[in-house]
Amino acid sequence: MHRILTFLILATGAIFAADAISGQVEKQALNMSAIVMFLIFVGATLGITYWAAKKTKSAKDFYTAGGGITGFQNGMAIAGDYMSAASFLGISGLVYMKGYDGLIYSIGFLVGWPVILFLIAEPLRNLGKYTFADVASYRLKQTPIRTLAASGSIATVILYLIAQMVGSGKLIQLLFGLSYEMAVVLVGVLMILYVAFGGMLATTWVQIIKAFLLLSGATFMAFAVMAHYNFSFGELFSHATELKGIQIMSPGGLVSDPVSAISLAIALMFGTAGLPHILMRFFTVNDAKEARKSVFYATGFIGYFYILTFIIGFGAIVMVFQKPEYLDAAKHAISGGYPILGGSNMAAIHLSHAVGGDFFLGFISAVAFATILAVVSGLTLAGASAISHDLYASVFRKGRVDSMTEMRVSKMATIALGVIAIIVGIAFENQNIAFVVGLAFAIAASANFPILVLSMYWRKLTTRGAVIGGALGLGSAVLLVILSPVVWVSILGNKAAIFPYEYPALFSVTLAFVGTWFFSITDKSESAKEEQALFDAQFIRAQTGIGAEGASSH
Amino acid sequence: MNKETVEKIKANPDYQKLISTRNSFAVKLSILMLVVYFLFILLIAFNPAFLGTPLSSGSVTTVGIPVGMGIIIFAIVLTGIYTKRANGEFDDLSNSVKNSLKDH
Repeated sequence: MHRILTFLILATGAIFAADAISGQVEKQALNMSAIVMFLIFVGATLGITYWAAKKTKSAKDFYTAGGGITGFQNGMAIAGDYMSAASFLGISGLVYMKGYDGLIYSIGFLVGWPVILFLIAEPLRNLGKYTFADVASYRLKQTPIRTLAASGSIATVILYLIAQMVGSGKLIQLLFGLSYEMAVVLVGVLMILYVAFGGMLATTWVQIIKAFLLLSGATFMAFAVMAHYNFSFGELFSHATELKGIQIMSPGGLVSDPVSAISLAIALMFGTAGLPHILMRFFTVNDAKEARKSVFYATGFIGYFYILTFIIGFGAIVMVFQKPEYLDAAKHAISGGYPILGGSNMAAIHLSHAVGGDFFLGFISAVAFATILAVVSGLTLAGASAISHDLYASVFRKGRVDSMTEMRVSKMATIALGVIAIIVGIAFENQNIAFVVGLAFAIAASANFPILVLSMYWRKLTTRGAVIGGALGLGSAVLLVILSPVVWVSILGNKAAIFPYEYPALFSVTLAFVGTWFFSITDKSESAKEEQALFDAQFIRAQTGIGAEGASSH
Repeated sequence: MNKETVEKIKANPDYQKLISTRNSFAVKLSILMLVVYFLFILLIAFNPAFLGTPLSSGSVTTVGIPVGMGIIIFAIVLTGIYTKRANGEFDDLSNSVKNSLKDH
């Protein structure tokens, strides 16, 4: 059946046909059920974008969906931003390969959330309007602080976009049989349509729908696996260890030394609290109450999702590992072992076929594609906001700009970022990009987080301290990653790394905090005294919401 | 917000209570989360064998499984506890601060 459909597509000269038969060997035949379900998703989301475009009339609508998203919806959207294709396929693939190590990784990604709730969510919502730079620059000098915060945001967004675009090109090539370039262009164009026309409202609903589909699909897979073992973890684990050995039940080599372990933990925990596309979501809800609910729901969904990916990874061990239909015969012939088609990141995809056949494989493939689209849209919107709201409206025009012009600039920035994403996606196809997500988290933790949290809670913070400290954090994070084994040795081909650890956060975050502290307390200027005097009023607004931005009227 | 309002709010007993109770609660919960997580990470770094101990003799399930799943559930429960208290008790206090401004 599958082959017949593929043949029909090829014979009717569909647009993808020519590419599907030439191109690289790893490319799969067209997956019809996946394509049909994906087209339904695209049709529905473009419909939403059309609806959202009509409601998006001001800059506030564009950046914050009018501020009327509920806590539950926002929690779902935040979870959607966080549950990228990389974390779904990557973590289940890691569990499939290493077992317990996958769980360690997902715990690291989760524990930042309670801290965001306790320390950041409420002051962020009460002080900010559109971007986290609003908060950082609340009582400090607009130009330097916004320039710094926007640099941190744009760097994080572009790095994250590189990882998502390259991952998406390869995944779509594998799942749908499209060429890499066509996949990247398709993602870029759809993302521009969602964001430029539908703004935050469309981006949020695309994210909510995708989060719902992803959670449903993952729940079904985990349920099917557990049903196979009478809902007994013991039986599932004992079958898995028979196939892969007992070591999958304990920590392996993921975390090699204490310094790297702590450094990774800091990057994940504080990096999450410095991701601009996540922070931006707090401005879409009405008040602090809804902001708190958002984090509670988001933490619940994300935690549940990680438990599912753990079961899915083990499910793949018992249902995909060593099965001839998923074995990469060519690689098996050369190097032995049991490599699966497309590499270990495809474990969840193959499992979807094992539990639900071609139809469910199509569903999960379409969901993976939808996930990529939704995540890159959120990233692009955050990057565009940093450009239009922080750099253009506040730094370049000094706030003297009307809402319509600002919105037009953010739409142009969206298109520009979309084009950049397509270009870097294609340029980095065959590059080793293992370091980029780690670098994005390191920058978020070292440049964005310290300035944000200190501006909220530390009276003595001054512009000078924040600018120097933030720049030290940003610079040291970038420099240490370049000097670390992943770049200095693996990419640049040097013999030994100058900086021996894989993750810089322990050092760069410390440097940012110490630098900010030192250059603030030694700042004796008049403007520093004025900034410190403004702290009381800022703190009252942060803590009580008096004077905070509300939802727009419609 | 003018200087007078700032001083008035700072002198409001409900405001003082809000700041001291909420911030100490938030800091305590944050420290609890950090301690649990960093203990887990240090255990992995210094004594990974402990997490690999079977739960009972003959079982393949190790101590690490309930510990890991437990941390995930712990994180969700902590956010739930904070949200419940903040959306009730703390919001009542901050509403009373807001209302005190309207009266005069």
